[in-house]
Amino acid sequence: MITSSILLLFGLGLAAAVVLAVASKVFYVEEDPRIEAVSEVLPGANCGGCGFAGCDSYAAAVVTNPGVAPNCCVAGGGDTADKVAELTGKSAGASEPMISLRRCVKDEGKVAKKYEYQGVPSCAAAHMMGGADACQYSCLGFGDCMRACPFGAMSLDNGLVRIDPALCTGCGVCTRTCPRNILELIPVRARVMVFCSSEDKGKAVMAVCEAGCISCMMCVKKCPAKAISLKGGRIHIDHEKCLEFGPGCEMACVAACKKRKIMRARLAPGEQRQAA
Amino acid sequence: MDFFLMIIAAIFVNNILLIQYLGNCPFLGCSKETSTAIGMGGAVIFVTVMATTFTWLIQKFVLTPYGLEYLQTIIFIVVIAALVQFVELFLKKAMPPLYKALGIFLPLITTNCAVLGIAILCQRKEYGFIESLVYSFAAGFGFSFALVLMAGIRERLALVRMPKSLAGTSSGLVMAGLMALSFLAFKGMIS
Repeated sequence: MITSSILLLFGLGLAAAVVLAVASKVFYVEEDPRIEAVSEVLPGANCGGCGFAGCDSYAAAVVTNPGVAPNCCVAGGGDTADKVAELTGKSAGASEPMISLRRCVKDEGKVAKKYEYQGVPSCAAAHMMGGADACQYSCLGFGDCMRACPFGAMSLDNGLVRIDPALCTGCGVCTRTCPRNILELIPVRARVMVFCSSEDKGKAVMAVCEAGCISCMMCVKKCPAKAISLKGGRIHIDHEKCLEFGPGCEMACVAACKKRKIMRARLAPGEQRQAA
Repeated sequence: MDFFLMIIAAIFVNNILLIQYLGNCPFLGCSKETSTAIGMGGAVIFVTVMATTFTWLIQKFVLTPYGLEYLQTIIFIVVIAALVQFVELFLKKAMPPLYKALGIFLPLITTNCAVLGIAILCQRKEYGFIESLVYSFAAGFGFSFALVLMAGIRERLALVRMPKSLAGTSSGLVMAGLMALSFLAFKGMIS
């Protein structure tokens, strides 16, 4: 009984193996060895920051498609871009290092809670119920972004998410995870930031938050580089224009934001924010 | 005439997917586009017919004479797995766009209970060799038929405004239920 079953299964397995081995030679598909080499130098986090569906997908595209740049990997940065450029024979331009920013300071704004939320501890779930805060655009603080971050750069602190600038690679996964679109990618060199995502104006914002942006448009008017605009109810800064203009503007936008002081200068690493 | 009735029964009355409820995975996964569905259906028909052939022969000439019927399940699975691997290699070489479109669902034909189900059903019903061939082809065709119908419906559903909670797979599942209900109408066709 046992011997015959063992023999049969062994024989069948062997026959199948032989057939498949022959078939794999007959149906052999040529694959460029460079694709595997590029795959090796990529971080392998499959974060999608390059715009492709994972590292292998980008490796295949950059080798086969002459139009794909070698510096798409934001997470890998300059080093990876150089290595990919070497392997594919393309030239790597400098790619702007980006970092994620949380556009919410509900702790400073003393935003009240509407109700005690006791549901699933996830931002996506809380957002479906409208969120427990009085402001509809606040950071919910359940950490969906933190869990999504492939580089472990985020942590929760006092109901708000905190981003470690040393670990953040600007891949953008968190920006896609946040159900309220509070996280934004900005250049590491950015000079100013607006810490509010509210799409409401004036009285509506003042009723719920002491620090939020009221869309008074003073910064828009005062910026000499015309880099600031109001898009979809939120203040949008064109950082390229801002950096191009340079420090000659003497931070006109920060000075213009008198009522709320929500437009703030970017701090150098280690610098503490002074009380306003 | 017997064969004709058998074919009608396999495709409509006892549709392997909608009535006997085997093989739902590619039903929901490969039915977003008609072209993919046709490709998947073709692959399933091929695997089913070849699998039934080989398993019938093995059952007749190896398992039954040596009293090894208890090995039926595992032997059948080994045969199906090898066949699916073969189909994968072939598709990757001969039809790369179809290979890419099917993606993960191609190796999933291995664990597709419809293929194993048809092979075992032929044994249960004690069909002869030709009958098994005809039945497996008809059942595989019934599977593909239901799959292509579903794809056609889902292609059109994708263009319609729908509540967000129902969009995507949820609407697919509801459609599957409705299709199964409609196929139940064939039950009285062959007494």
